[in-house]
Amino acid sequence: MSDKIIEVKNLVKNYGSFNAVQNVSFDVFSGNVFGFLGPNGAGKSTTIRVLLSLIKPTSGQVKLFGKDITTDRDYILSKIGCIVEKPDFYKYLSAEKNIELFARISGINVTKSKVHEIIEFVGLKGREKDKLSGFSHGMKQRLGIAQTLIHNPQLIILDEPTTGLDPQGIIDIRNLILQLKNEKNKTVLLSSHILSEIELIADRMVIINKGKTVAEGNVKDLLNAQDLIVAFTVSDIETAQQLLKANNYIEFTVAASQILLHITQPQIAEVNKLFCANNINVFSIETKRKLEDYFLKLINH
Amino acid sequence: MLFKSTYNEFIKIAAKPRSYLGVAAITLIVGLILIAMKLDGRMYISLITGPFEQSLAFEGNVLNGNLIAFIILQMLIIHVPLLIAFVTGDLISGEAAMGTIRMLLTKPISRTKILFSKYIAGCAYTFLILLWLAFMAIVVGKWLFGTGDLMVLKSDGLIVLQQHDIAWRFFYGLLIAFLAMVMIATLSLTLSCFSENSIGPIVSTMGIIILFTIIGTIEVPLFDTIRPYLFTTHMAAWRYLFDEPLQLGDVFFSISILVAHILVLLGIAIYKFNKKDILS
Repeated sequence: MSDKIIEVKNLVKNYGSFNAVQNVSFDVFSGNVFGFLGPNGAGKSTTIRVLLSLIKPTSGQVKLFGKDITTDRDYILSKIGCIVEKPDFYKYLSAEKNIELFARISGINVTKSKVHEIIEFVGLKGREKDKLSGFSHGMKQRLGIAQTLIHNPQLIILDEPTTGLDPQGIIDIRNLILQLKNEKNKTVLLSSHILSEIELIADRMVIINKGKTVAEGNVKDLLNAQDLIVAFTVSDIETAQQLLKANNYIEFTVAASQILLHITQPQIAEVNKLFCANNINVFSIETKRKLEDYFLKLINH
Repeated sequence: MLFKSTYNEFIKIAAKPRSYLGVAAITLIVGLILIAMKLDGRMYISLITGPFEQSLAFEGNVLNGNLIAFIILQMLIIHVPLLIAFVTGDLISGEAAMGTIRMLLTKPISRTKILFSKYIAGCAYTFLILLWLAFMAIVVGKWLFGTGDLMVLKSDGLIVLQQHDIAWRFFYGLLIAFLAMVMIATLSLTLSCFSENSIGPIVSTMGIIILFTIIGTIEVPLFDTIRPYLFTTHMAAWRYLFDEPLQLGDVFFSISILVAHILVLLGIAIYKFNKKDILS
């Protein structure tokens, strides 16, 4: 496995008697898209704010790039681009001026052409001179991503980047994140409560609830370890049921022209082979149980 | 990095519409005073000279640019602090209200440097406001009313300063006034570190100025002991330079009180800003 970019160990953050984060631990590896999942109020934003030194931890260890955030803040932040909650800009300045301003404070001398290149990358070409007061939420999100990229950081932290976006905006931001990973080789920590988003683009993830870690690992492994509800649409339901019983697949139900099976991911291929070998045509296979079920199971546990 | 951050702060102040309200307000207020003086200044002068007319004869251009500038600079006590607090009180809390403070504080620059860059920009804005006030009061005043000796009305009499003896007094007087206004800028910036909205620090700054001014005015033995140490007592210290003979001891005492206030408030601002959890 590649280098650890973020190491969080037993992080605790209390506000008086309220425990916002309790013993959260996770690692983020270089080149990964890391999903940071949890329901509203789980402690995601608090954890991200600690990672970015916006708030101080009560206890625990937070290391980024092998250094402690409390002692090497400036070094660490020079390697990070981030959006915390929502990208807020100086609305009385143009998009171009905002990016220049954040580049300058990130310690880099940026040319106009570089600024225009970044703005074009996030799909805002032609809006460089427009003031932010006229930008939609989606456009601000895109500019927020431009702002995270301007100093070419290794790690990008995006806190709920698709909140408030329309479906097309969500797809655009998702593609942009994949582009960052695949084309620009960035490590991305993506916080979200939209589970399908994490399932589609994250390599690894952590799920937190009520300030505590409830699961951490590879997204596929975590999901594969769970029973899925898989719907097979077949040509001959009667024969299919008999075959399943004969092969010890007991947990299944029939609904319309579909057979719903409680099986793991590797078993999907086995059942498909079984049907095909016995001349039952399989018209479709749908996985009904996904991250959402897993997530709900964990947080309601 | 401090230079780049300060440059950013200048850009922000220059781009904010509220920054120009100060210039507009000064132009309007001073403009009105100049017009009023041009139309009815003689009556105002008679109020000053009236009590002395039986023992003194007043000759020459009494209503001159020097007197007009001296009158206008009295505005420093209330109007200019409000205009300055309007911008400097917004420097931190405005970022919190807009949400940009999250972006700003996740950049590789220390919070102390960010605070100092805002402070430097705030002081520069204060200087420009004072410079504009001085231009309107002294340059435009002299252009409209000409020059002449300056009559300064004191509680115990009337001081007449020769025309050739005035320019340096205005120069150093404005420097002391600048120090007093920097004190106001520091106060509002410090209050700004405690707030998440722009209005709070501005209102609080004005509230403190009014409260301290009242304490400084009421003749009560308890207040007599603290009065010399209130910054409001020294906000008009520039007027000491128009005394004859000059009381340098009073001037330096006022400067030291203002500087002490600035240093203490800056210390509080740095501590608070560095310790602050950004929750907005």
